[in-house]
Amino acid sequence: MAKVKGEIVVDKDRCKGCEICTTVCPVNSIGMSNDLNNKGYRYAVTINGDCTGCTNCGVVCPDGVISVYRAKVE
Amino acid sequence: MSIVKPENLVYTKTKLMTDKTLSYCPGCGHGVVHRMIMEVVDQMNIQDKTIGIAPVGCAVLAYDFMNVDMQQAAHGRAPALGTAIKRLQPDKYVFTYQGDGDLAAIGTAETIHCCNRGEDIVMIFINNAIYGMTGGQMAPTTLANMPSSTSPYGRDVARMGYPLKITEMVAPLAGVYNCSRHSVHTPVAVRRLKRAIQKGFEAQAAKKGITFIEVVSNCNSGWKKTPNDANKWMEENLFPVYPIGDIKVDGNMVEK
Amino acid sequence: MEEVKLMKGNEAFAEAVIRSGCDGYFGYPITPQSEVMEYLMKEDPELKRTGMVVLQAESEVSAINMVYGGAGCGKRVMTSSSSPGMSLKQEGISYIAGAELPCLILNVARGGPGLGTIQPSQADYFQSVKGGGHGDYRMIVLAPASVQEMADFVSLGFDLAFKYRIATLILSDGVIGQLMEKVILPEERPRWTEAEIIKNTPWATTGKTPDRERNIITSLDLDPAKQEQHVYKLEAKYNEIEKNEVRYEEIKCDDAEYVVVAYGSAARICQKVVDLARAEGIKLGVFRPITLFPFPKKQIRALGQRVKGMMSVEYSLGQMVEDVQLAVGGALEVQFYGRVGGMIPTPEEVLEAVKSKLIKK
Repeated sequence: MAKVKGEIVVDKDRCKGCEICTTVCPVNSIGMSNDLNNKGYRYAVTINGDCTGCTNCGVVCPDGVISVYRAKVE
Repeated sequence: MSIVKPENLVYTKTKLMTDKTLSYCPGCGHGVVHRMIMEVVDQMNIQDKTIGIAPVGCAVLAYDFMNVDMQQAAHGRAPALGTAIKRLQPDKYVFTYQGDGDLAAIGTAETIHCCNRGEDIVMIFINNAIYGMTGGQMAPTTLANMPSSTSPYGRDVARMGYPLKITEMVAPLAGVYNCSRHSVHTPVAVRRLKRAIQKGFEAQAAKKGITFIEVVSNCNSGWKKTPNDANKWMEENLFPVYPIGDIKVDGNMVEK
Repeated sequence: MEEVKLMKGNEAFAEAVIRSGCDGYFGYPITPQSEVMEYLMKEDPELKRTGMVVLQAESEVSAINMVYGGAGCGKRVMTSSSSPGMSLKQEGISYIAGAELPCLILNVARGGPGLGTIQPSQADYFQSVKGGGHGDYRMIVLAPASVQEMADFVSLGFDLAFKYRIATLILSDGVIGQLMEKVILPEERPRWTEAEIIKNTPWATTGKTPDRERNIITSLDLDPAKQEQHVYKLEAKYNEIEKNEVRYEEIKCDDAEYVVVAYGSAARICQKVVDLARAEGIKLGVFRPITLFPFPKKQIRALGQRVKGMMSVEYSLGQMVEDVQLAVGGALEVQFYGRVGGMIPTPEEVLEAVKSKLIKK
């Protein structure tokens, strides 16, 4: 049965490390990086494979740095 | 195997937001509200008919981020500009974008009379209960006992007045068609705000009068909290005084 | 056939506004100029004539900001008020200057300071010419001396405003505003179409079409180096205006030995003084600046070289007299005579001043 899989792309150097996205992911698949971006912020990263592409993180991101992809996979 | 392919893209920043990095502090709600307005303008395909008015305050540089024709108003005067721009270009879509100091302190008269005239515009009001741009001073919407740089021991209502509920003041005015209060700290809230903005632009096209949208939002620098702590504090302290929800819908006050 | 009417200054002005292709008037009641808005509301051009918007704002502050918004759309817009109301508009005027927005403003000046009186005054000269708002800026300032000029200066004011992207202030006074005189009304000219606006004012916020970048109307620049260049650009504009737009009238100055400098209705009084003086063998002339900015410096300097004495006559404690002295330089010590608080000098008392201060008889 086809499963819906999601994936996010974070514009690493434009993320300001506000961490709001980490609180809205229903499958807790977003965390903060260990390294810093070019502004000295930790940036959002995917921390597990459970993303369903629900777009919550993209919608709530104040700087609009998260793009969300979703597809049916076998 | 990555699914990052154009055909799988379900959400990304609208191209009606410019590429300029937002000047707002990390986690500030301004960025979300800007994007929701531009997403509505994009989806309604009215970029060539929309004129925005930026305030004085943190959003003074809004025209660097929104890719539509914009005018920057003197502090508190956006509704006056909006009135003239709409009356002189009735086929255009006009929105004003103001903070609490702009709309509810210096611009109170412009706010009330623009609403009272029922101008066909959308008024966006960001209420973070503090003056952000100038460094955290007390605003008309600052809560009782809430600290700020000009109420360092907490707002003493006996001497500094009470939190001003301007949205409830303008809602009953006949010229106001839609009036609602929102937040942008959760996905549900953001989607609800976007629907309200879209409804506002549609009401404007139908010449129904004012759509007045307040967004209670965080000010992480002013409140001296991290974004997530600020949003939690907002829920616990601001929402009780500035309740989220519809106040007036299609000309009718919502029964409480 | 010319259309000649007997009209009050404020009403002739309002009729000329409708005929000037004006798109919007935003005003607020204040004596002695409320007739402008009353006339416009009665004519109701929006529904009955040209489609021009007429709106009573909640304050003069709101009205000038409505003008800012409308001007930012490339529309011909204007406001009118009187001295106390003009004070409220000064911030808006400074923003209009910074954003380089064309518009028309009428001040029917009244006695000040404070609530003052409702009778005529010329004590707003400094506010009008030196800038009553903040920052380095100027307005083109036209001073009508008759009901005819009240009507004629509307289209002139708009055209200068759009030529230079600047506010034109018509500095009238309670006499000219309330006076009824014969006036030949101007021909009606059409408002600009949307296409004409986009062509004539490509910088205006008419809606960002795909063929251009978005237009932004602002007076803000947080980068001081850029703001400095912007202010120098404004300066260049003002210099250009000083070169091209000086207007004045000389009355019996050719053979004059003494000259009074006066504008607006004060100049009308001084014309009578000239007749009285010449009847007594005193060769007096009147120099009437029509543009208070750009001030007719060259012409006044030239006069200063050849006459024995000059005196400024104003309804104030003496404001334009400073500019006359600056223009004349060391050639003469410019005298002054004036009345204040709304009082108007009679020709006889001005003649006395001419004799005692100028001729030192």
